[in-house]
Amino acid sequence: MSTATAAPLTDIGAMVGREVRRTLRSVDGLVTSFVIPVSVMLVFVVIFGGAIQHDGHYVDYVVPGTLILCLGFGSAATAIAVAQDMKTGTIDRFKTLPIFGPSVLFGHVAASVARNIAASIPVVGVALLLGWRPAADLAGWIGTIAFAVLVIVAFTWLACAAGLVLSVDAAASINFVFLFLPYVSSGFVPVDTMPAWLRGFADNQPFTPIIETLRDLLSGTPVQAGTIWPALAWLAGILVVSYVAASVLYRIRLVK
Amino acid sequence: MNKTTPMIAASGLTKSYNANHVLRGIDLAVGRGEIFALLGPNGAGKTTTVNILTTLVMPDAGTATISGIDIVREPGRVRGVISLTGQYASVDEFQTGEENLSMMATLAHLGGKAGRARTAELLEQFDLVDAARRRVETYSGGMRRRLDLAISLIAKPPVVFLDEPTTGLDPRSRAQMWAVVRELASEGTTILLTTQYLEEADQLADTIAVIDGGSVIAHGTAAELKRGVSGDHIELTLGDLASFDAAISLGIQGSRSDAETRSIRVPTCEPVTTIRELLAVADRDGLDVANIAILRPTLDDVFMTLTGHQATQPTEDRNSSTAEGLAA
Repeated sequence: MSTATAAPLTDIGAMVGREVRRTLRSVDGLVTSFVIPVSVMLVFVVIFGGAIQHDGHYVDYVVPGTLILCLGFGSAATAIAVAQDMKTGTIDRFKTLPIFGPSVLFGHVAASVARNIAASIPVVGVALLLGWRPAADLAGWIGTIAFAVLVIVAFTWLACAAGLVLSVDAAASINFVFLFLPYVSSGFVPVDTMPAWLRGFADNQPFTPIIETLRDLLSGTPVQAGTIWPALAWLAGILVVSYVAASVLYRIRLVK
Repeated sequence: MNKTTPMIAASGLTKSYNANHVLRGIDLAVGRGEIFALLGPNGAGKTTTVNILTTLVMPDAGTATISGIDIVREPGRVRGVISLTGQYASVDEFQTGEENLSMMATLAHLGGKAGRARTAELLEQFDLVDAARRRVETYSGGMRRRLDLAISLIAKPPVVFLDEPTTGLDPRSRAQMWAVVRELASEGTTILLTTQYLEEADQLADTIAVIDGGSVIAHGTAAELKRGVSGDHIELTLGDLASFDAAISLGIQGSRSDAETRSIRVPTCEPVTTIRELLAVADRDGLDVANIAILRPTLDDVFMTLTGHQATQPTEDRNSSTAEGLAA
């Protein structure tokens, strides 16, 4: 019998395979992961795009916000999967195996990165078809992908922590936070077009610096210290707090 | 069976959640190859005991060892010798039976070839070969439980915990499950199972611990527990009310008499002698005897006597043997 931490990568690999099957084999998983993000892009560019006045093409303005919305929404789906694993006792079984501790959570996170990056490809493709012309050079694209991975990892650990404490139904509602919070940011309309009382919130919530950083990366303009540092601080903060919370919640056992 | 070094040993386990004292000091000892049943109603503390012994929950006080390994100090090593099959079938619906098994083979670090061989072996053993490539969402409840148990055996653990393995199963699937558990024990696997079914404990377990309110209130083989409760009874049923009244007035000592069913229950240590005596009295006084039966105590009686309340299951048919023939 192998010792407790003999092969963490093998353990995580087995868990990733499990999550990939979970996504690809459920209609719900496929729709959530692939159909909804593309639909959101189409709605904003084709339906709202004609009405919203903006300097230049609205498609150029709205793509970064839409991408972040899709990544957040896709990451939140992990909360449902983790809550299901808790409900069926699968997490208990994994905890009684001589494997690398929270392999199942690392598997969820790694699978979420793969799922969301894959889901972003058709979204970007649709945006290009609709006339989006990103000006990013190679470094900009590398920065974009690295930044996207950081966003997915931070949001997915948050979803893991939520899934460990919430019921399956409550975990499903985490989606809505990621679906609606980006609207009250600079992602879809500039903050200065919002009512004055909303601007304080919109300027200071995490989605605004996160979306503005992605906007700079994709448009080939140098990232501004005023957006990238708050964005990285928010993401690092969410990541560290969520990772610690999920690790502790995984080990201790709450009476639901 | 090596009685000197129990495979599962627990001493004084306690656990409270806030003011709720779930366990009030549990002591257990299970020998190698033994089937040990924790029998008790819902909320008695069965699952909490299993959760502590399988390293999922830390006890507030007390000690426990599995195969001599301390569950608190070395939970990682304990996980190497146990498996847990929980109350719900913890199998992935979106994977096939074969995929569920081979995933667990990977997690058990069996290696590709050994993992495939073990997967095939378990599919065969648990009668799941035909369903191996179908997704578990198409499986019946009995098939899921079989797969669940197969998964927990992938690394051939010497100690197996089964938390209510047959709850919700139809009688046929339950019988299949029992056969598998017996086979495992005969191969030397130590099994601790929890159940609220008296019949299950009676049928399967070498040793039974009756647990209620977080304490073990009785402990022994099924036969020992039944002996401890009360001896056998003879139930004499009279053919008409006049005979019933006559029998009562003759002073036939009943522990319980019921005019409605015209039956009298007589406690006895010597059933055959008592039957002879009763029938002799009946013949002498011309009483109309409709039936005479030996009632042996069931685990139901044990449970009732010990806890003052019924188990959750409806009473099984009494283990009675009618002795009408003797009257002739």
